[in-house]
Amino acid sequence: MSEVSSIVPVAPDEEGAAASNLPRRTAHWLRRNLFDSPANIILTFVALFLLAIVLPAAWGWAVAQADLWGDSKSACVDAGACWVFVRLRLPVFIFGQYPPSEQWRVIVAFALLIGFAVPALRDGTPHRALWVVLLLTLFPLIAGVLLAGGVPGLPFVDTTLWGGLMLDVVISFVTMAGSLPLGVLLAYGRRSQLAGIRTVSIAFIELWRGVPLLTVLFMAAVLLPLFLPNGATVDRLVRAMGALVLFNAAYMAEVVRGGLQGVDTEQEEAAQSLGLAWWQTQTLVVLPQAMRIIVPGIINTAVDFFKDTTLVTIVGLSDLLGAVNQSLKDPAWLGLAPEGYVFAAVVFFICCFAMSAYGRSFERRLARGQGRTM
Amino acid sequence: MVRRPSLRARIAQWVFLTALVVVAVFLASNAADNLSRRHIAFGFGYLANTANFDIPFRLIDFGPDDTYARALLVCVLNTLLVSAMGIVAATLIGLLIGLMRLSSNWLIRNMGLVYVELVRNTPILVQIIFWYVAVLHNLPGPRQSLHLPAGVLLNVRGFYLPVPVMGQNGPSLIVLALALLVAAPVVARLTIGGSRLVKLALAMPLLAILLFCAGIEHIDTPSLTGFNVTGGVQLPPELAALWAGLSIYSGAFIAEIVRSSVQAVSEGQREAARSIGLKPRLVLLLVVLPQALRMMVPPLTSQYLNLIKSSSLGAAVAYPEIFQIFAGTVLNKSGREIETFAIVMAIFLSINLAVSAAMNAYNRRVMLVTAR
Repeated sequence: MSEVSSIVPVAPDEEGAAASNLPRRTAHWLRRNLFDSPANIILTFVALFLLAIVLPAAWGWAVAQADLWGDSKSACVDAGACWVFVRLRLPVFIFGQYPPSEQWRVIVAFALLIGFAVPALRDGTPHRALWVVLLLTLFPLIAGVLLAGGVPGLPFVDTTLWGGLMLDVVISFVTMAGSLPLGVLLAYGRRSQLAGIRTVSIAFIELWRGVPLLTVLFMAAVLLPLFLPNGATVDRLVRAMGALVLFNAAYMAEVVRGGLQGVDTEQEEAAQSLGLAWWQTQTLVVLPQAMRIIVPGIINTAVDFFKDTTLVTIVGLSDLLGAVNQSLKDPAWLGLAPEGYVFAAVVFFICCFAMSAYGRSFERRLARGQGRTM
Repeated sequence: MVRRPSLRARIAQWVFLTALVVVAVFLASNAADNLSRRHIAFGFGYLANTANFDIPFRLIDFGPDDTYARALLVCVLNTLLVSAMGIVAATLIGLLIGLMRLSSNWLIRNMGLVYVELVRNTPILVQIIFWYVAVLHNLPGPRQSLHLPAGVLLNVRGFYLPVPVMGQNGPSLIVLALALLVAAPVVARLTIGGSRLVKLALAMPLLAILLFCAGIEHIDTPSLTGFNVTGGVQLPPELAALWAGLSIYSGAFIAEIVRSSVQAVSEGQREAARSIGLKPRLVLLLVVLPQALRMMVPPLTSQYLNLIKSSSLGAAVAYPEIFQIFAGTVLNKSGREIETFAIVMAIFLSINLAVSAAMNAYNRRVMLVTAR
């Protein structure tokens, strides 16, 4: 309908009034986009009315009438949000119970993550594939030693002390990095001509995709100790992450399968006619192309998964959401639930929005690149 | 390109499968070992034991003297209830926001966009807990109940809705109304003398509603008496928060499905419809929407399945669904981890299979036949 309205000429009386072009263009834009039909005029006013109620109230609560400075709840005298709570609790929200004197290690590990991830994600980095491999192998090693410690100079920090946003990032990274190779194997398993392998892969994938994530976390927390030899124990965080890797691998397998199907069969045939063996065909020709296609899918999975790391609170690990939950039980800060949860939501929003924005831009570049080759 | 797998590949397969069996046997023997040490025999007989606990919200009668099996039935019904409510509300929200995203009005379009981006990029668990702790728990007590439109009361104990009480003829009229609803799609396909009975089919749901209304004796509205609310039907805050979280979150994803399906209807279809002289409204109604609705079915199915799986998050706000009651209370009281988990997984898998089978059957019927 907008195409029809766009050819409606601008009213003639406006041409005389417009000394500069800008007001006329603005009026034209308004008419085209907001007031082009009676129904749209009504909709515009309803929308403006709703915004006039919601926006000032939200601004007043979050900014105009909010308190940020002070060191206790009594500093919050205005009617709006009490951000004092969030400001004072920030270390707990980010690091959990990680000892304050050791928190620099978390910051260094995070800086390393940025340092490895940026070259791996940017277009035009020389040896980009190498950076991706380093990000998935060398970085977890360094970060693991840095965070857990237990080597000279770095005292041991038990994983029960890990928490807050740091825990969300650690869990998502380990899960994504671990489930990608497993997902590739499962995707190949599902396409295999060997009936045994195919059946096992399909059963594995469909079983995990059919049950809620919570089942997997509960199983890791409650069921797994039953299946270990008597007396053997595994760290709770490691157990949860292992279960999450298996769960996420099922979703990853479907993403990878889509990518493998997206590679033309001619590519495979051409590679075979060059005399490449099956392994060479897959690792040198098919997988590299499939991997490029599935990057947006992987990022979608990563965003979904990053949001779902909050579920570990239900099985007693204290991530960002868990840290907020616990801080709200502090008698000194009762009744500040809106502030706590809005803060958590904003942090997750920033992370997820940034990731999906990168995914979308990658998708656009991919579409352009494919357009060129055709 | 079907090749016979090489001998080496088949040997590798058998090695892999054997390794899998060895690991499974190892785990099973560990479990048997651990169970015998705790003097627990594997079996589902414990379902007949007395539950000895109460479930605060239920659709059928349940008391502490009832069995675990009945507790399972109660919480499966609760899961199905919140899933069904969530699917209906999420679809309505998704339709509304999806159409907003397609509006020619800049303001409306971008309000839709802001909704989708805000909701999709925050965890559903944070949203559910926000509704529960930050909103519903901060409401006033029953005496200061908020009076919402249509006689609905809202306070810290949840929503109180008016409920129609059926008279003597009620049950038979309801059966009649349901029969009309079921028959309507069948009648729509019948033809008499070459003309289809579409108008009659459209009138049947209206008739069903009239029949239902005729059976109502009076409407039981909730009212304040002293310190409490009497009458009406109570929607506890746990259910309300879970319902709100599920439908608002899934609604954002469904909105994107609606938008992309409408945009995916090929431009040629619109042009053809315009060129035979259809008005813009009729182009949308008769040409674009019927095709878009068909394209929506498969992605909508997976969204519905996600919603059903997410209903397990009720465990975080103590809504008595399968996880909260079965993987929580029953597991702790009976000490039967393996059996309980097998049941929980089996239930979710069968709900999932049933929903996707139904949606796939529907999809096969309405699927667009594309030219090959």
